Amino acid sequence: MIPVTYYLILSAALFLVGATGVLVRRNAIIVLMSIELMLNGANLSFVAFARQFGMADGHIYVFLVITVAAAEVAIGLALVILLFRNRGTVNIDEVRSLRW
Amino acid sequence: MELYFFLFFAVVAVASSVAMILQRNPIYCVLLLIMVMISIAGLYLMLDAQFVAIIQVVVYAGAIMVLFLFVIMLLNLSREEGGAFRIQKPLAVLLTVLLFLPVAAMVMSYAGGGTTPSADGGQTGFGEVEQIGSLLFTKYLLPVEIAAVLLLIAIVGAVVLTRKGTVSVDD
Amino acid sequence: MTDTFSYVWLIPLLPLLGAFINVFCNRNPRVSGMIACAAVAVSFLLVLAVFFQLIGLPAGERSVDVVVYSWITAGTFAVDVAFLIDPLSTVMMLVVTGVGLLIHVYSIGYMGKDTCCVRYFSYLNLFMFAMLILVMGNNFLLMFVGWEGVGLCSYLLIGFWCERQSAANAGMKAFVVNRIGDFAFILGLLLIFLYAGSLTYADVFATDPAVLAPVITAITLLLFIGAMGKSAQVPLHVWLPDAMEGPTPVSALIHAATMVTAGVYMVARCHALFVQSATAMTVVAVIGAVTAIFAAYIALTQYDIKRVLAYSTVSQLGYMFLACGVGYFTAGIFHLVTHAFFKALLFMGAGSVIHALEHALEDGRDPQDLRNMGGLGGLMPVTYKSMLLATLAIAGIAPFAGFFSKDLILLGAFVNAPVLWVVGLATAVMTAFYMFRLLFMTFGGKTRLNAQEREKVHESSRVMVIPLVLLAILSTVGGFIGIPHVLADGMDRFGGFLAPVFSGLPEAPVPSSSVELTLMVLTLLLAGAGIWGAYAVYIRGNAVLDRLVPSALYTLSLRKFYVDEIYEALIVGPLRKIAWGFWRIVDTAIIDGGLTLAALTVRGLGNVIRYTQTGVVQNYALIMVIGALAVFAYLTGYLGP
Repeated sequence: MIPVTYYLILSAALFLVGATGVLVRRNAIIVLMSIELMLNGANLSFVAFARQFGMADGHIYVFLVITVAAAEVAIGLALVILLFRNRGTVNIDEVRSLRW
Repeated sequence: MELYFFLFFAVVAVASSVAMILQRNPIYCVLLLIMVMISIAGLYLMLDAQFVAIIQVVVYAGAIMVLFLFVIMLLNLSREEGGAFRIQKPLAVLLTVLLFLPVAAMVMSYAGGGTTPSADGGQTGFGEVEQIGSLLFTKYLLPVEIAAVLLLIAIVGAVVLTRKGTVSVDD
Repeated sequence: MTDTFSYVWLIPLLPLLGAFINVFCNRNPRVSGMIACAAVAVSFLLVLAVFFQLIGLPAGERSVDVVVYSWITAGTFAVDVAFLIDPLSTVMMLVVTGVGLLIHVYSIGYMGKDTCCVRYFSYLNLFMFAMLILVMGNNFLLMFVGWEGVGLCSYLLIGFWCERQSAANAGMKAFVVNRIGDFAFILGLLLIFLYAGSLTYADVFATDPAVLAPVITAITLLLFIGAMGKSAQVPLHVWLPDAMEGPTPVSALIHAATMVTAGVYMVARCHALFVQSATAMTVVAVIGAVTAIFAAYIALTQYDIKRVLAYSTVSQLGYMFLACGVGYFTAGIFHLVTHAFFKALLFMGAGSVIHALEHALEDGRDPQDLRNMGGLGGLMPVTYKSMLLATLAIAGIAPFAGFFSKDLILLGAFVNAPVLWVVGLATAVMTAFYMFRLLFMTFGGKTRLNAQEREKVHESSRVMVIPLVLLAILSTVGGFIGIPHVLADGMDRFGGFLAPVFSGLPEAPVPSSSVELTLMVLTLLLAGAGIWGAYAVYIRGNAVLDRLVPSALYTLSLRKFYVDEIYEALIVGPLRKIAWGFWRIVDTAIIDGGLTLAALTVRGLGNVIRYTQTGVVQNYALIMVIGALAVFAYLTGYLGP
C-alpha cells in the first residue's frame, strides 16, 4: 500500500520541475511544455485524492484539465507560430517591448 | 511489490522531467515529456484510474505532444542560445527548491495522510468508463458542455491567429 | 376684518422671490426693474395693511409675535423664525419698504441702461429681504441673519461696478470694517444667551436685571460696537465715504436711508438693556456726538458731491445715537425716519445731477465734483427744487421734517448732557453751512459748463423725477407727525405711537415751555447763521475762504483728519506685511514646498522602481514564485503565526 503522501510529494516535485522549466527556458515551446508538466503534476494529486476518498469526481477534474490543456496548447502554439512569423524568433526574452 | 512499481514510475517521471528542462534539443524535450506522461499513466493505473490513464496516453502523449512535434519541425528550430539574464537561472532553481521544502513539510504533516485504501476496499467499478461516463453526463454535464465550447473557441482562435495576413504585428 | 398678521411672512419673502425670479428666470433688463418694483410694492401694501391693523388695536396690545416655524432646537437653545410686529418694527418696515419702493422706481431710470441691471435689481431685492428680516425678527439671531445679509448686499452693491478697481476695493473695505462690528455683535449675542438663556427679545428684556448685572455693560458695549460698524460711527466710519463708489440709488437706499440706520434700530430695540448700564449710555451719547461733529467738520470741505452727503449721513447717524444715548429713543427713531426721507432725496437728487452731467461733461471731467457744477438750477428745475426742500429739512429749518426731529434730539441733550448739547448745536450750524454750500455750488452761482455742455444737460426722466417729488413732499410735511407739545398739544402722534415700546423708560425731566421755545429759536437762528455763511462765501464770493485755505484746520478737514492714512500705517500696512510673510514663507515655502517635495519623492522612487518592469515574462513569473514561497512560508509557520 502506497501512502497518499508519496503521491503528493511526487506531484509537488513534478510541479516544481515544471515551474523551473518555465522560469529558466527561453524557447517559448519548451516553456509551454513545462506548463504541461505542471498540469500533470497537479493532475496526479487529483487522482491520488480521488483514490483515497473513493470518489471518482477527481477523475472528472483531470478530464477537464486535459481539455483545457488541449485548448491552451492550440492557442499557445498558434501564438508561437505568429511570433516566429513576425519576429523570426521564439525566444521569449527577446520579446520585451512591454516594459518601462 | 507495489512500492517498487511506484518507485520505478516515480523515478522515471522525475528523471525524465529534469532531463527535459536540461535538454537543449527541442525534439528530445518532447520525447522526454512523453516519457513523463507515460510513467504518470502507469501511476494512474496503480490508483485504479483506468479511464484517466487511457486518455493520458491517447490525448496527452498521443495528440498534444504530436502537436508540439509538428510545430517544432515546422519552425525548424535550432538549439537555443544563452539568455540575457544570467542571474535568472540559478535564482529560479534555488527558489523552486526552496519552495519544495515547505510544500513537502505540509504534505508530510497532512493529517489524512494514511495509506490509500485498496481497490477491493472501494466500490467495484471505481474509475472505470461506466462510472466516469455516468458522472460526466449527469453531475458534470454543464462543465462538460462548457469544456466543449472552450475547445471550439480554441479551434477558431488557432485558425484565426495562424491565417496569413489577418493578424500582423508591426515592429 | 381679516387677520393680516398671519400673512406677515410674505413681506420679506416677496422681495426674496423677486430676487430669485430675476436671478434664475429673467434675462430681460427691462422686465427686471418691473419685477423688483412689483415685489417691493406688494410688500409695501402689506406693510400698510399691517400698520392699519396695528393702530386698530388698543395701545397696550400693539405687540404681536408671529411664529412662522421653529428654526433651531438644540437642548435649551431654541430659536424660532418669528416676526415681532410692534410700533417700532412697523415704523422701520414702513420706512424700508416705502423709501425702498421709491428708490426701486428711481433705479429703473438710473440703472435702466446698464448692461448688468438684472444683477443690480436682484441684489437690490435681496437687500430688501435681508433688511426686512433684520427689522422684523423677534429674536437676536434672526436680526443677526438680516444684519449679515444687508452687509453682504452692501458689499455686492458697493462693488457693483466691479471692473473698477476702486469700487472693488471700497466693497472690500466696507465688508472688512463691518466685520469688526459684526464680531463684537456676535460676542454680545453669546453673552446674552449665556446669561439670559434665550435670544428672543421678549425673554431677554424680561430677564431680571440682577442676573444680567455683571455683564450688562459688556453686552451693551459689544452690541454698540456692532452698531458702530453698521452705522459708520467713529472710529469705524471709514467705509461709508468709500461706499459711494456704488451706484447712487444704492447710496440712497443702503448708505443713507436704511442699512446704516440698522445700528440705531438695534440700540432702540435693546433700550431695555442699554438703560441698565449708565456707562454704555454715556458711551453711546459721546460717540454719537463726537461722530456728529467730526463728520460734519469733514463735510465742510469735501468736493465730491456724494462724499459730502456721505459724511453728512455719518453726522446725522451720530445725532441719532446721541438721542439714544441721552435716553430719547423716540427722538432717535424720529430722526431716523425724517432722515430717511430727506437724505434719500438728497442722494437721488445728487444722482440726478450726476446722471445729467455724465452725458454732458467733456474731456473726462468728474461729474461728481462740485467744482464742475454750478448754475444748474435753471437747467434742472425739479431736481433743484426738491433738493432745496431736502436741504432745508436737513438744516433744521422749521417747518420742514428735520426741524422737529433734530430739535427733539437737542432738547434731550440739553436736559441730560449740556456739553453734548453744545456739540450738537455746533454740528447743526455746520450742517446748515455745508448743505447749503453743496446746494449753492451745484445749482447756484455761475455755471462752469461751456455752451455745448449746457445744451446736453437736461432734467431727468419722469421715472426718476416722480420719486424725487414724492420724497420732497415727505421731507416737507414728514415732521408734522411729531409736533412737540409746546407748539401744539396732543399732536405728537409719532411719540404716542411709539410710546408702548419705550414705556419702561424712566421719566425724563421736562424743561419748562419757555426754555424749550428758547432752544428752538436758538437752533433756528444758528441754522440761519450757517445758511447765511454759506451764502456769503459761495454766492457773494466773500474772500474769507481764501484766507482759510492754507490753515491747518482746513487741511485737516480736507484730508478727513488723516484717518485712512493712520489706519493704513497702524493696521492695514502691518497686516499686509504679515500676510505677505505668510504667503511667501508659510504658503509658498512650507506648504507648496512640502507638496513639491512629496511629488518629487514619488517621481524619484518611480524612476527607480520602474526598472522592475523589465518586459520579460520570466522575471514576472519569478516574482510570482517568490510570492508563492512567502505564502507557503507563512502557512507552515516560518513567517508569523
